[in-house]
Amino acid sequence: MTGTIRRIAGPFSRVEGDLEITLDITDGHVAQARVTATLYRGFESLLTGRAPMDGLVLVPRICGICSAAQSAAAARALAHLTGVQAPPNGRLAAEIVLACETLADHLTHFALFFMPDFAHPTYRGRAWFETVAARFGDSSGGSSARLLAARTRLLDLMGLFAGKWPHTLALQPGGTTKAIDAAERMRALSLLAECREVMEAVLYGGPIGAIGEIASRSTLDSWTGGDFGLFLTLARDLNLDALGRGPAAFLSQDAGTCVIDGQSVPFDPAGVREDLASSWYHGETEPDADKAGAYSWCKAPRLNGRAMEVGALARAITSGDPLALDLVAGRGGTVRDRVVARLIEAARLLDRIGAAIRALTPGEPFCIEPHLPADGEAHGLVEAARGTLGHWIRVENGVIRRWQVIAPTTWNFSPRDATGQPGPLEQALAGTPAIGDDGTPIAVQHVVRSFDPCMACTVH
Amino acid sequence: MVSERFSILWLQAGGCGGCAVAGLGAEGGGLAAVLKRFGAEFLWHPSLSTLSGAPVIALLEACALGHTRVDLLCVEGAVLTGPKGSGRFQILSGTRRPMAEWVTAIAAQAGAVVAVGSCAAFGGVAAALGAETGAVGLQFRDGDLGGLLGADFRARNGLPVINLAGCAPHPGWLAESLSALALGDPPPLDEFGRPRAIANHLAHHGCGRNEFYEFKASAMRSSDRGCLMENLGCKATQAPGDCNLRRWNGSGSCTDGGFACIACTVPGFQNAPAPFQRTPKIAGIPVGLPLDMPKAWFVALAALSKSATPKRVRTNALADHVVLPPARGPVKPT
Repeated sequence: MTGTIRRIAGPFSRVEGDLEITLDITDGHVAQARVTATLYRGFESLLTGRAPMDGLVLVPRICGICSAAQSAAAARALAHLTGVQAPPNGRLAAEIVLACETLADHLTHFALFFMPDFAHPTYRGRAWFETVAARFGDSSGGSSARLLAARTRLLDLMGLFAGKWPHTLALQPGGTTKAIDAAERMRALSLLAECREVMEAVLYGGPIGAIGEIASRSTLDSWTGGDFGLFLTLARDLNLDALGRGPAAFLSQDAGTCVIDGQSVPFDPAGVREDLASSWYHGETEPDADKAGAYSWCKAPRLNGRAMEVGALARAITSGDPLALDLVAGRGGTVRDRVVARLIEAARLLDRIGAAIRALTPGEPFCIEPHLPADGEAHGLVEAARGTLGHWIRVENGVIRRWQVIAPTTWNFSPRDATGQPGPLEQALAGTPAIGDDGTPIAVQHVVRSFDPCMACTVH
Repeated sequence: MVSERFSILWLQAGGCGGCAVAGLGAEGGGLAAVLKRFGAEFLWHPSLSTLSGAPVIALLEACALGHTRVDLLCVEGAVLTGPKGSGRFQILSGTRRPMAEWVTAIAAQAGAVVAVGSCAAFGGVAAALGAETGAVGLQFRDGDLGGLLGADFRARNGLPVINLAGCAPHPGWLAESLSALALGDPPPLDEFGRPRAIANHLAHHGCGRNEFYEFKASAMRSSDRGCLMENLGCKATQAPGDCNLRRWNGSGSCTDGGFACIACTVPGFQNAPAPFQRTPKIAGIPVGLPLDMPKAWFVALAALSKSATPKRVRTNALADHVVLPPARGPVKPT
């Protein structure tokens, strides 16, 4: 048996919070990985005892990146608790806010978090290196700056619909607090058009519509335009289609289905459990930094005992998208698949936001006042940029008694459970090349960032 | 590493990352691009830097020892001192050392120290009642001096911690305050360490609901156009900030978005005694009145202006769109 070296990888930049990974390396490859979230803030404890509607103020502050998604999940849980149904304008406006955040996050991920790794000196000499370095080597220039400007237009849309971003109170159980008038509706369409121009010119080098229509691997491989084409080129060169293969188990609440080992099965939230075997907690959320055998503040959510991958790729697969199904071919997703799924979704989101803005009817109501019961239980699930996000709440005597959150990266970056089953990233890292004496190998970074982690959400 | 540029180190303590991503949206191409124009650059920034792993740890050690010059240390998020004073609720990844230790060590060497956001300034949401993490701000715990670094802490420039309060702070507050430091013009501060240029205004100034405020024509439900102060919990008349003068994300603001100002720039805002979206009242009179106005005067003026409220204003206050547009002459009763 050859020797195994243990390395501690971290800190990681561009993962939205604190991440440490213990790598056991054999023959230059990761034999096993343990993923550690090193920060605990205790939101689930501090929500207890507050007025239920105060959740709308506190919960977005779990995460400054997925803030509107946290709002949306809380609003949905409270809506289910009260039985209120938002009017059509309110539903559309909430959908616009959530989709703008997801699209902005996809742009941020690609331009600022993921692509700069390919300007790493390791890749000097590759045919695409100089191009990547020029476009993504410095966030204040090149493609990064132009895509950041497009993201800012999306945040301006947030300003219109939600007052500000991050951390809005506009998303309420009965709709949204901002009634958009006819002039604001047109301003929104104009901001979106500006964003589209940049995405077509820089990101895709072609029309948005053509991106959404890519339905097979061969069509995908013939796309050469823009930064998307650049990514596809380097992905082929570096075999990113074989790197970071996650579990063949995908979950998305929007589709209402899971795909496990290539088979589609309905998603029933009742099958979700959080395992604490490797997490520094007792009971439901009682922290214990000294717990034996534990190695993360992240819990281990499982669906009927299975570790599930969530995110744009999971959404595409569970909704039966032909390209995504062709790419994963019944197995787990890889670095290439996750990035492609995000960029295809980004194109479709742009059209969805446009259609939702067009469908608004100024003058019709946006919000209905809910009547909170003194007691009750409910949950709210949404698709955040990084995947399925759920809030489970219980109210007694008019105050919050329980508010549990399972965030997308909690699924993806979970530690081992009581059966020893590793979390999705832990599975994806097994076999990853770990060459050189840097404790944080570049291929490991590609795999980590392909999930677009949000560590702030992971532990809350 | 010797650099002629103004060097900024940004650390993420116990926060949500919202301050950093707000900064990415600063007008002028984002915070990094703006600062570059003022000769400043990040030694390391968790959302922007390419560097990960061992080289980052080496850099932080050099900063803590004073071998690498840190002109400005920015800390985002509350510092977690628990459990039991150990700081182990946040270990800086890869280092086995609590973030609290890193912040203390590097602050002692830094030319200036900025607390980015209300968590780093005062503890913020991370320090809400019921939180068990021992969250504190850099130099305050809510409104009390002290915090992690202590009341007497001064950075090398002689200043206490500069508190860019707000949850999240406006990207412009970050861009302008950090640029001013890079130019060598430290901002004058108020008693809570907040730059006066921002804190000398109230969030109320420039509110688009001003006419409704003047006439005390109040919203009753979310999405009503009326003033949010009397019923829906708005604290804009008490909260420092130029929120409605400069606007957020293009044209927005909390009150323009239709919801209450929660006074996120005020120490301890997270522990408001009443639900955030309801105005606490005694005998029908709101408890939280404008900062510097005698209560009796306010009540008298409110009664007077309510009796003089035009029908247009009274009607539109309770609708989510303009039902009665302005018209010449008195509006005829319908």
